[in-house]
Amino acid sequence: MLGGPDSGKGRWRAPLLAAVGFVLAWAVPRYQLISPYYELILMYIGINIMLTVSLNLVNGYMGEFAVGHAGFMAVGAYVASVLTVRAFSWELGPYLFPLALLAAGAGAGLVALLVAVPSFRTRGDYLAIVTLALNMIVKSVIENIEAVGGPRGFLGMNRLTTLPWVYVWVVITLWTIRNLVYSIYGRGVLAVREDEVAAELVGVNTRHVKVQAFIMSAFFAGVAGGLYAHLLQFIHPRNFDIIKSTEILVMVYLGGIGSLMGSVLGASIFTVLLEALRFLGVWRMVLAPLLLVLLMVLRPTGIMGLREFRGFVPADELARWRRLAPAPAGPARGGGSGAAGN
Amino acid sequence: MSEPLLVLDDVSVSYGQIRAVRGLSMTVHPGEIVTLVGANGAGKTTTLRAVSRLVPIASGRILFRGRDLTRVPAHEVVRLGVCHVPEGRGVFANLTVRENLLLATYSRRDRDRINQDLDRVFSIFPRLAERQHQPGGTLSGGEQQMLAVGRAIMTGGELMLLDEPSMGLAPILVEEIFRILTEINRQGTTLLLVEQNARMALQIAHRAYVLEAGEVAVSGPAEDLLDHPRVREAYLGG
Repeated sequence: MLGGPDSGKGRWRAPLLAAVGFVLAWAVPRYQLISPYYELILMYIGINIMLTVSLNLVNGYMGEFAVGHAGFMAVGAYVASVLTVRAFSWELGPYLFPLALLAAGAGAGLVALLVAVPSFRTRGDYLAIVTLALNMIVKSVIENIEAVGGPRGFLGMNRLTTLPWVYVWVVITLWTIRNLVYSIYGRGVLAVREDEVAAELVGVNTRHVKVQAFIMSAFFAGVAGGLYAHLLQFIHPRNFDIIKSTEILVMVYLGGIGSLMGSVLGASIFTVLLEALRFLGVWRMVLAPLLLVLLMVLRPTGIMGLREFRGFVPADELARWRRLAPAPAGPARGGGSGAAGN
Repeated sequence: MSEPLLVLDDVSVSYGQIRAVRGLSMTVHPGEIVTLVGANGAGKTTTLRAVSRLVPIASGRILFRGRDLTRVPAHEVVRLGVCHVPEGRGVFANLTVRENLLLATYSRRDRDRINQDLDRVFSIFPRLAERQHQPGGTLSGGEQQMLAVGRAIMTGGELMLLDEPSMGLAPILVEEIFRILTEINRQGTTLLLVEQNARMALQIAHRAYVLEAGEVAVSGPAEDLLDHPRVREAYLGG
């Protein structure tokens, strides 16, 4: 758990599965194994997984409450789009796409830094208010920049987002955040959630930890925004309003805080649900807030709630659990602890 | 006498308009157990919080091994060798006992000593070894106190600040905790102990400071204070 490398038998399983997944993600569009509509939904699911997992880092693992994730997504979407449309030449676009996405993440991370430094001086609810305000500010600023179309939106992007790209980024996101939360540094993130004073007393620089985790969270939201923009090929400030942020919150709490698998499930279920209920028209928009209310009343911990799917736990961590708890049946406890389902 | 480990020189701490500690001066020497006794609101906890830099110091200096802590942030104070067992223990409830202990090594780089210290904690507190894979929140009050002390040991600090370690514990557990504290001190850790249970604290301490309204009222060797009329009357029940 002290950041040691994975070891033991399970070592190759995750990379192998990831590779198989990639081949599938590549083969599906190449040989048109499923209809383009389902392929589109798969890509939405992937983007939503990135948004959910990254927000879970701040709201779940670190126990803060950020509510404006769509703001970072917007920054990423516009940064990437302006780059591919205005800066990169038409022919080179597809090759420079990864660069545009990295820039999208960096842009969002930079905005996060600007917000985090003042707002983490104080604790608690301030972050919710600040991120809410940020979300509104980002939207208004974009609406007032004529160069990117202002309130009319921005278009001209090629459809550069493909299933393999989405897949690769989902894997990078999950891998990075998994490695973070199971490192000693990540234990510091959990300590901030558990008891901030005690965290400081065992030597965790709580302010640095909070700012850095927040930036990482924003980075992946920015990349997700870049992918989203090059899937839709048309972005609009209203795509990134409070409603979008609420949807991401719903996905986080539906899946369960402090759980990677929870976020994957939450994002997948919510995305599919939203598609399946398309016939409801505008009423569909009632779904997210309603679901959030019901969730808080009926199952506040979400689907996974601080537990983790064993496949997402580093092998050396798992080996440690197995030594003490012989073959626990249920999903292992995660997001904080090594005690396997006992 | 040896060079003092900790010196408080005319330290004052304020919460807004209220001055919780006024012009407090005291010293702690290596290997000692020093206790701060006094009534509620006398400034005992605030003094500890000032040393570990959880509260800002209004005036005065705090020197640890000759180094001024006044401008050092809390997480750095730990690295310098001051560990603080806070009031209410501050156990990470959703992390296992073992994770709680290992988190205390967050800023330590001496990996081999860490394992030694972990063994030491488990030998002092066999209960923690038994429960090392249980979430901290599932421990009893006494076990959580042991975990908090164990965690302080794991920071590798040489000065341990203890804030009301006996609070809320059954009398038999209080005896146990105090016995263990004496043992930890014998193994080389200097203790600065804040206690409401003045009698117990004075029995294990070498020296004591009695605080009243944020100032030192009486100080001296602990056994003398046990017989001091003013102390007897105010804190030992006559």
